[in-house]
Amino acid sequence: MTDTLLRVRGLTVSFPSANGPGEVVKTLDFDLARGGALGIVGESGSGKSMTSLAIMGLLPKGAERTGSIEFDGAELTALPERAMRSYRGDRIAMIFQDPLSSLNPYYTVGTQIAEAYRSHRSGVTRRQARAVAIEAMERVHIADAARRVDHYPHQFSGGMRQRVMIAMTLSMEPELIIADEPTTALDVTVQAQILDLLAEIRADTGAGLILITHDLAVVSEVADHIVVMRDGDLVEQGTAERIFTDPQAPYTRMLLDAVPRIDDEIGLLRTLTEEAR
Amino acid sequence: MIRFVANRVLGMLVVLFLVCLFTFVIFFVLSPDPAVQICGKNCTPEAIDRIRANLGVDRPFWTQFGTFLAGLFAGRTYGTGANAIECAAPCLGYSFQSSQAVTDMIVQRLPVSATVAVGAAVLWLLAGVAGGLLSAVREGKFADRFIAGLTLTGMSIPNYVLALSLQFVLVVTLGWLPFPQAVPFSEDPLQWFQNFLMPWIVLAIGMAAVYTRLTRANVIETLQENYVRTARAKGLSPGLVWRRHALRPALTPIVTIFGMDFAGLLGGALITETVFGLNGIGKMAADSITKNDQPVIMGVTLLAAFLVVVGNMVVDLLYTAIDPRVRVGSTA
Repeated sequence: MTDTLLRVRGLTVSFPSANGPGEVVKTLDFDLARGGALGIVGESGSGKSMTSLAIMGLLPKGAERTGSIEFDGAELTALPERAMRSYRGDRIAMIFQDPLSSLNPYYTVGTQIAEAYRSHRSGVTRRQARAVAIEAMERVHIADAARRVDHYPHQFSGGMRQRVMIAMTLSMEPELIIADEPTTALDVTVQAQILDLLAEIRADTGAGLILITHDLAVVSEVADHIVVMRDGDLVEQGTAERIFTDPQAPYTRMLLDAVPRIDDEIGLLRTLTEEAR
Repeated sequence: MIRFVANRVLGMLVVLFLVCLFTFVIFFVLSPDPAVQICGKNCTPEAIDRIRANLGVDRPFWTQFGTFLAGLFAGRTYGTGANAIECAAPCLGYSFQSSQAVTDMIVQRLPVSATVAVGAAVLWLLAGVAGGLLSAVREGKFADRFIAGLTLTGMSIPNYVLALSLQFVLVVTLGWLPFPQAVPFSEDPLQWFQNFLMPWIVLAIGMAAVYTRLTRANVIETLQENYVRTARAKGLSPGLVWRRHALRPALTPIVTIFGMDFAGLLGGALITETVFGLNGIGKMAADSITKNDQPVIMGVTLLAAFLVVVGNMVVDLLYTAIDPRVRVGSTA
């Protein structure tokens, strides 16, 4: 057992196009310590979501992945699809941005939470799976879980739906949770609750977390290590404290400057300028 | 849930009433005087007046419409005295040309049309959904393109061309099927089946083409859904992702279209029945148009409207079983 849970080296994701392959992620390197929390920050189109899908092996059709992704000592890029499937959901779980469209409207949340559990563990009865679902829902603080387990996604509010998504990952006790903009579709107060919940779960289970976001405020609350990406390139990485107090790259400084502060003098909101680009 | 059904039934009744009204207006305004038709060659103005009074067509529009509606529920009597004609409920009118109540004519021919519709529906549903699924799985590959070509051909061939060609090839040239003779199922099941085989195929081909395209598009679209990605991220096997997360949402819209198409077809397949000489509602409609037998045309029109409206309602009710978003309201 090593201390590094995830080791990414030279990860490149490209799409074939008329004028040669277009690279959306370019030779990315980063590590995630066991139980650590890594924030990947960047604007839309910076390649952060593609990075997460590359780790999951869920890139869209036509995308090509090169480089190395080592999870708990196993090289994921070398795994055949069938073996990769045993990692997905079981050891590496993912939470997506829009909880409504990410849940199937035709099935109860209980069915969808228990589904992964039933498919990864053999000989699980319906009743056991249901108990697991209820327990997972209780752990994400959904009140009245025993009744709510039979409700459909459209019967939940946005924040509750995201809790359902998190419960879905929890039932498997994964070692790594990848959260791709988990709070972007939610309003601010609910955002804070979901971030608290993620922190609580990490503390409980010791799972590693990769948090992908465009929102520095979100990342500052959760991550202990930060990777800044732009146009598929790694801009800079370091501990959260170092990135926030002593950013090296001009782009990182611009990003930080663009966050409005309560003690700011009143003026124009700073945006990213061409010089930093 | 009960309120939903009650709402639906109420809405259906309103639509049916309006359909009756519009149909009645059209035939009231456009219809040539039925009395003149009945009266025949040696006609006097007095005779025409007498027939008009007998038929009730001398009375104002709303009275006639009222009588018609009442006839639907309670039956009605045409004329008086010894010449009176009883038309039992639901009375859709009386065909003076064939001396038969329209309802009886429809009831006699409904089994043939229903047989045609059911057989064709089974064929086109199986072929369409299977073809669509295969096409979606092999998107962009040879099978997909081949099926696309087939559907285009299927949609382009007019029914009567297909019907006549099939007859020519299968019956005349190859002799695989006997020349159609009307036999009831109980007498000679094989001949019965052979009689209906060609009409089924002819009707099914065009529809199967449409259903293939629809299924393909729905499946491909559903596979792009975020919840399918979630299912994959859970590590479910591709088979499970397909069966559980892609098929059900993709096939639900097919139910809607199918309900409408099938109900429409129950009201008779005009061209196919005529070409194959099947004595169904479609052929009856075609014949009565040629003979200008107004009550029959109107009866068939109402029947078709009724079937489509009812079919639509059945689909709506089915949806409550299929789609939880319709069944249970949002509590959030």
